[in-house]
Amino acid sequence: MDNLFQEIAFWLLAAVTVGGALGVVRTQRLFRAALMLVVSFAGVAGIFALINAEFLAVVQVLIYGGGVAVLVIFAVMVTSDVAEGNRNTRTQPFALLAAAALLVTFVFAIVQAEWDVLPNDLPAPLAGVFVDTPAAIGGLLLNEYVLPFEIAGIVLLAAVVGALALVRER
Amino acid sequence: MLERLLILSAVLFCIGLYGALSRRHVIAVLICVEIMFNAVNIALVAFSRYITPAALRATGEVNEAAVRSLLAGQTFALFVIVVAAAEVALGLALVIAMVRGKDTTDISEASLMRR
Repeated sequence: MDNLFQEIAFWLLAAVTVGGALGVVRTQRLFRAALMLVVSFAGVAGIFALINAEFLAVVQVLIYGGGVAVLVIFAVMVTSDVAEGNRNTRTQPFALLAAAALLVTFVFAIVQAEWDVLPNDLPAPLAGVFVDTPAAIGGLLLNEYVLPFEIAGIVLLAAVVGALALVRER
Repeated sequence: MLERLLILSAVLFCIGLYGALSRRHVIAVLICVEIMFNAVNIALVAFSRYITPAALRATGEVNEAAVRSLLAGQTFALFVIVVAAAEVALGLALVIAMVRGKDTTDISEASLMRR
């Protein structure tokens, strides 16, 4: 029963995610592409929640579904008066060919490889890891990964200052 | 489950790649790069959730290293999200600067650094 639910949830979320992404690539109107992007982000958040990454699911909705989507839609509106449509480049057939070739390679490699996987329902001591993931990730960020954590803060600060410097009216 | 998640990730990545290579509008290219970031995050989380940790395989018991590796992918994905957020903020600032300076959003017009 639980497995059936997971099965259905996975296929639904995968369809939403891939459908949203295809919508982004297919549509000619940029504003619609930004909205389809939000759909795709929501699907990815659901996938995260499905595989024991609840904290990431929340972060995904907050940062991608909230911050990034608002930024993109804002930028589309600011630049819309010069938007000469969302045409394709001359290299479009080659892009399709390259992406398809890469996809075939990926799928072949994934199916061929012998993965040493854990079962879907984890044995008792391992299942305890995923009981309180936000606290566990917080502990990892402040112990094991404290240097990357601090550098991430500096990167964000530099990005904000850089963005302000770029768009400043002279 | 792992193979399915990886194939989903590969499909998303290739859709994003196709979009990033075939679009002319700068913001459309940025959006497609975001899709590629998301695909990578799915693969990271899937690997750390479903691959048997090396520490567990070696000793057969659940120790701290095994627990850490089960959550390592989620922590990495968190850093990827941070970098992606910084990239979007800077990228959109560049788009606005480009519209101001050249009055275009066509990526093939951005050839200032070409010899």
